[in-house]
Amino acid sequence: MNRRLLASAATWGALALATVGLPAVAQTKTLKVVAHADVKILDPTFTTAYISRNFGYMVYDTLFAQDSHSKPQPQMVDKYTSSKDGKAWSFTLRPGLKFSDGAAVTSADVIASLQRWSVRDSLGRAMGAAGAEWKAVDASTFTLTLKEPFGMVLDALAKPSGYPPFILPERLAKMPATSPLPEVLGSGPFIFKRDEWVPGNKAVFVRNPQYVARSEPPNGLSGSKQSHFDRVEWLYLPDANSSVAALKRGEVDLIEQLPPDYIAPLSTDATIKIGSGGAYQGFLVLNQTFPPFDNPKARQALAHAVNQEKFTAAMGYPLNMRVTYCATYFICGGPNETSAGAEPFRTVDVAKGKALLAEAGYTGEKVVLLVPTDVPYLNAEALMTAQAMKSLGMNVDMQNMDWASIGARRAKKDAPEAGGWNVYVTVAGEFDVNSPITNAYLSAACGSSLPGWPCDKQLDELRSAWIKETDPAKRKELLDAFQTRAYQAIPYVNAGQYSAAYAARSSLKGLDKLWAGMPVVWALDR
Amino acid sequence: MGYVLRRLLATLPVMAVVAVVVFLLIHLSPGDPAALIAGDLATVDDIEKLRGVLGLDKPLWQQFVLWIGRLASGDLGVSIFTQVPVTQLLAQRLEPTVSIAFFTMLLTLLVAVPLGTLAAWRAGSWIDRLVMLFAVLAFSVPVFLVGYLLVYAFAVQLPWFPVQGYARIADGMGAWLRSLVLPCVNLALVYIALVTRMTRATVLEVLHEDYIRTARAKGLGVLPVLGHALRNAAIPIATTIGVGIALLIGGVVVTETVFGIPGVGRLVIDSVQRHDYPVIQSVLLISAGVYVLINLLIDLSYRLFDPRIQY
Repeated sequence: MNRRLLASAATWGALALATVGLPAVAQTKTLKVVAHADVKILDPTFTTAYISRNFGYMVYDTLFAQDSHSKPQPQMVDKYTSSKDGKAWSFTLRPGLKFSDGAAVTSADVIASLQRWSVRDSLGRAMGAAGAEWKAVDASTFTLTLKEPFGMVLDALAKPSGYPPFILPERLAKMPATSPLPEVLGSGPFIFKRDEWVPGNKAVFVRNPQYVARSEPPNGLSGSKQSHFDRVEWLYLPDANSSVAALKRGEVDLIEQLPPDYIAPLSTDATIKIGSGGAYQGFLVLNQTFPPFDNPKARQALAHAVNQEKFTAAMGYPLNMRVTYCATYFICGGPNETSAGAEPFRTVDVAKGKALLAEAGYTGEKVVLLVPTDVPYLNAEALMTAQAMKSLGMNVDMQNMDWASIGARRAKKDAPEAGGWNVYVTVAGEFDVNSPITNAYLSAACGSSLPGWPCDKQLDELRSAWIKETDPAKRKELLDAFQTRAYQAIPYVNAGQYSAAYAARSSLKGLDKLWAGMPVVWALDR
Repeated sequence: MGYVLRRLLATLPVMAVVAVVVFLLIHLSPGDPAALIAGDLATVDDIEKLRGVLGLDKPLWQQFVLWIGRLASGDLGVSIFTQVPVTQLLAQRLEPTVSIAFFTMLLTLLVAVPLGTLAAWRAGSWIDRLVMLFAVLAFSVPVFLVGYLLVYAFAVQLPWFPVQGYARIADGMGAWLRSLVLPCVNLALVYIALVTRMTRATVLEVLHEDYIRTARAKGLGVLPVLGHALRNAAIPIATTIGVGIALLIGGVVVTETVFGIPGVGRLVIDSVQRHDYPVIQSVLLISAGVYVLINLLIDLSYRLFDPRIQY
């Protein structure tokens, strides 16, 4: 009797706790997203971290934005014109655009923002090298003049990743790009609630009442960004099991990046929808200042030993989320996909790799591979790299460390046996891979200080020509020539392409608008 | 009072040693926050410029002097990554940690002391074996596994409590208490096992003392006898509980991670993973101070249980 009483009391106690004291925020329409990382840096011009870029899209807007076919579309811009030679441009802002503090967005804000962005971004710098000069005509009209042809003006202004050209108020944009901004103030769809920010746990956004939406529906990053939710919460839950349980329970609406291990178990749950969260490419980064990879033949040798399908399978992605073989350096399915120059590497050829390695003069010296132990998919990629290198007969020295240590180590120019390195692995999202100028390792010109220190004069010339060319047919020819040369110089080894997965409550509407791993939360509804 | 002052003064050299060791350990370990901030695709030039902006290019001794100087004026510094003052980060994390520590210890006291005493009183019986079996199990099963089982049972299957997250007191008492139930039960199981075993062992020892036998021979009831026994067995139990509180304040990372609680433990781990020097240094220094203070309180509590103890 006493035990029954005790059990009954415990049950009622739990139920009482379960029903009282609901927080006030439950009254508002809230979207809860488990973000892929903790947002730490609130200035998207200060870091290339994807979570900071995503943060930028929540609070800032851009002049142009890519639609779901990767075509630049006007966003803050209402009308624009360009001269026949592409050297003179005029832009007019949409009427009524305001920052979240109520101040109007002006040409001066735009120009200052683009100047700050140009210091950091590869496309911005390329525009600067082409003699870009911005001038305000009036409060809402501004011009761009170029001294040299530049075929990527709209692509640059709609650049979706790396450092997107977000528009800030002039007083913030005039601050140096070498320090993070002290304030978050944009004209985007949301306002960041700094008072509710708990770094390492939660970032909160509320709908920006000053946001002026476009009339077109959301399409990629373009179109209306008018949110259906009053409030969006980004939660950072480092334990995947807890995230998945919270999604099943309905405590969260969306997991931005679902670890591959959970794809199969969740795919049978009718309350959950799993979709593609954007394409990624694996990179094997080779130090080209020390043997053996200072010799292109050694780099080609490793490329011959890499089985892309096995690499992406080892990273845990199911068959329907990985590309069996991707011939292009520029993302299969992307706007610059081409198979030029890839044929010799289509199938794994270890014998050829061994021969090339011998020609490169490799005689069994230690080759230092940095192995990240704290990021499961990168760890898998590194282990597969070790296997590929061993299959060529390389003497692999696997050095295990956390990703933070690799971040520091990869910047060292010391000899591998003196604390340097030969190989490390990483991945990059499709927007940071898909062209000769956005792909960091293909856009690094000789003299660049990108770790690995790739240098190929011929690639530099082809890249410059491709950037300047405005004729689409000639650009395609130059792109093919660029990739053909890239497969000879091997600035890095393409380890395959896979698609990250998101998981969402099936009750969420507009999931088809989620695009390429971008946080298009304004397109979602419940 | 003199003793307390002496002990407090004695903490100063301890803290100084902790400050030096923590600073050196963190700065000499491999890893570079500037490289992490700049991102995977940053160039070495970008990283170097960032190191300059963050002051990480200064010699180590200069960085140490700057940190100690700021510390002396009560400034714990600013997170390299978030640019949020460390005091603010700590303030955000303190409420969840203190709440969890309080309820975990309350639960431990309410369950473990009676359970351990009962096991000692009935030593060798099935009750004793059952209690010890529970203690062994609670010790042996990993905390994260118990956490997952609790979530599955009481958050997913029976939707009584939230799967994850911490509701602040300001969000309502009900929401606050609900968010604490599973993490506190999860954590308390280990502490209950520890304190139960400690209580059983010490009470059992006291129960064999002559004065207990005399008391029982004189016909004293069970509860008064156990009361005497507990008081005499209290010092090791208090020590265990005190150490437990110190460990809880220091952070219980696994439970905080499983339940998505933004506590001090998670703050430390996140900061260590990204080499956020000002946060790690300050939080570890404060944690060391808390340990020292709790040890002092434990020592002082001994007099409550045994007035013969003099300081």
